[in-house]
Amino acid sequence: MEQRRKERIDRGIKVRTDGLYALMSWRELGYLTLPRLVLIVGMLILPFVMPSMYWQRVISIVCIYALLAVSFDLLAHFVGLVSLGGALFIGVGGYISAIMNTSFGFPPLLAIPIATIAGAGICTLLLFPCLPLRGVYFAIVSLMYPLAMARVIEALDILGGTDGIMGIDSFPNRWIEQYFVILMVLLFLFGVRRLVNLDLGLVLRAVKDNDQAVRASGMNITFYKAVAVFFSSAMGCLGGACLVHIYMWSGISLFALDFSILPIAATVIGGAGTIVGPVLGCLILVPVSELLRDFGTLRIVFYSLILVAFIVFRSEGIMVYGQRKYHQIERWVKV
Amino acid sequence: MSDQPILEVKEATKTFGGILALNRVSFHVNEGEILGIIGPNGSGKTTLINCITAFIKMTSGKIFFRGKDISRKPAHKIADMGLTRTFQIMRPYYSLPAYKNLVIPLFSPRAKRTGGWRGGGKLGDRNTVGIDILEEIGFERDSFVPYKMASTLPTGYLKRLELARCLALKPEIILCDEVFSGLSMSEIASMVPLIERLQMDGIALVMIEHRLRELFRVARRIMVLNFGEKLIEGTPEEVMADEKVKEAYFGSAEEVEEVMTYA
Repeated sequence: MEQRRKERIDRGIKVRTDGLYALMSWRELGYLTLPRLVLIVGMLILPFVMPSMYWQRVISIVCIYALLAVSFDLLAHFVGLVSLGGALFIGVGGYISAIMNTSFGFPPLLAIPIATIAGAGICTLLLFPCLPLRGVYFAIVSLMYPLAMARVIEALDILGGTDGIMGIDSFPNRWIEQYFVILMVLLFLFGVRRLVNLDLGLVLRAVKDNDQAVRASGMNITFYKAVAVFFSSAMGCLGGACLVHIYMWSGISLFALDFSILPIAATVIGGAGTIVGPVLGCLILVPVSELLRDFGTLRIVFYSLILVAFIVFRSEGIMVYGQRKYHQIERWVKV
Repeated sequence: MSDQPILEVKEATKTFGGILALNRVSFHVNEGEILGIIGPNGSGKTTLINCITAFIKMTSGKIFFRGKDISRKPAHKIADMGLTRTFQIMRPYYSLPAYKNLVIPLFSPRAKRTGGWRGGGKLGDRNTVGIDILEEIGFERDSFVPYKMASTLPTGYLKRLELARCLALKPEIILCDEVFSGLSMSEIASMVPLIERLQMDGIALVMIEHRLRELFRVARRIMVLNFGEKLIEGTPEEVMADEKVKEAYFGSAEEVEEVMTYA
């Protein structure tokens, strides 16, 4: 019996679009820009194609999870810190924005940037003690904080206690709400893609690859990890700040572990280390989870089944698979 | 130039639990000099380098770099002062191309201070400087080699990459941990002139080596370690003639005789 194997070859157009030559013809330019345009235009028209208010709200939630997923991907696959702190970022950003709005009277579009920066600073400070360590400590500590925060707020009855903070202003209207979060996702998506290829981003990737060599190069790895955590938590806090203004309420459910776990699942489905993959993962997972709401508590079971199926059959992730199909041709050749 | 040694180690001691890895080792390195450190396996050579560069903490002892006490400084501060090291087990950034490996040291505070190679516009200046350094160290500029992923490079190039990472920091002294080990004879032959050129550039070198012939070509002063203790220090001829050194490497005279009768 003759043996055959699959051979993968880069498409001619892929090779031609590496480097400056891409500018030579519209076809090559199109090949490069089409996937990006599909994503950008697709995201921008989403609010129009959604049938109801309910689904438009889902879009906003998708975007918030997408921010968290990008932030997880940045930390886990470009800096080597596995973060379970999505809930921490959401909670800190959300509460700061809520306080800014209710106590100081800042409008949402001013309170959100403040919450983003201040929240990122606070999260970085909180996580700073475990940055010099290698291993699972970062994951453990970042998981511990949201659990602790919720209990602290409950026990001390501060920040509204279990009732939460009510009467938070919403966005001026729902179009501004949706386009604000969509534009933020696109901004941070392309921003992070840019960041990891800058010299600073290379240093971060080097920390993941070989932190001892970075130390030997005369650089303080703790500082660079802190920089990465700052960027990452800024994205999460932005998401949290948007969330409280969407719900017009801020409570301890902001520290729910959904915000830590779902972005990781989205990253697995979308393709780890691709940055855009996690966004796609959220675009699939969050609506699916909404559709499964009819099943009540069985939702989690179906949800898990979908995840398991993905891990078994497409463990590389949608984005990696898609990129391969887009850039390469496969054919069977005789061995 | 002052006659003060560039690096001075006083009574460096390191214990791992009950094991005495380094026992009161003292030595100095002069400006622009090559000091060779040899010794059998497990004699504490790499531990010594790790202690000097603060990758592990010394139990006791003092280290002076240009007269300044650096025994309590963290590793990145020491590298920042110009005291750089290579790793015996190469530590490149495997996920990056060879020339991008050098962007990281070139991004460090020391390189920004000493290099002045930020000039040159926004178009990837660190990349071109990186390729320049790689060419200096023996990567062919016009070949694909500098652009290859570090994970696909052979040992010879990785050893050079280790040296290149030090050079990117404009070091004053490089502690080389077995740069010749794992290389073929021809690769070593092409490395030796490189080492000589570094010395001509005024960089002091501490070289841990097992390849004595090549080491003795470049180093005029040799220190021998055995079981964490300094046996002797001197010229290669003196060192090799010493009885204690022979004993450390081959065992005592009786043992050698015993082995030879069976051989």
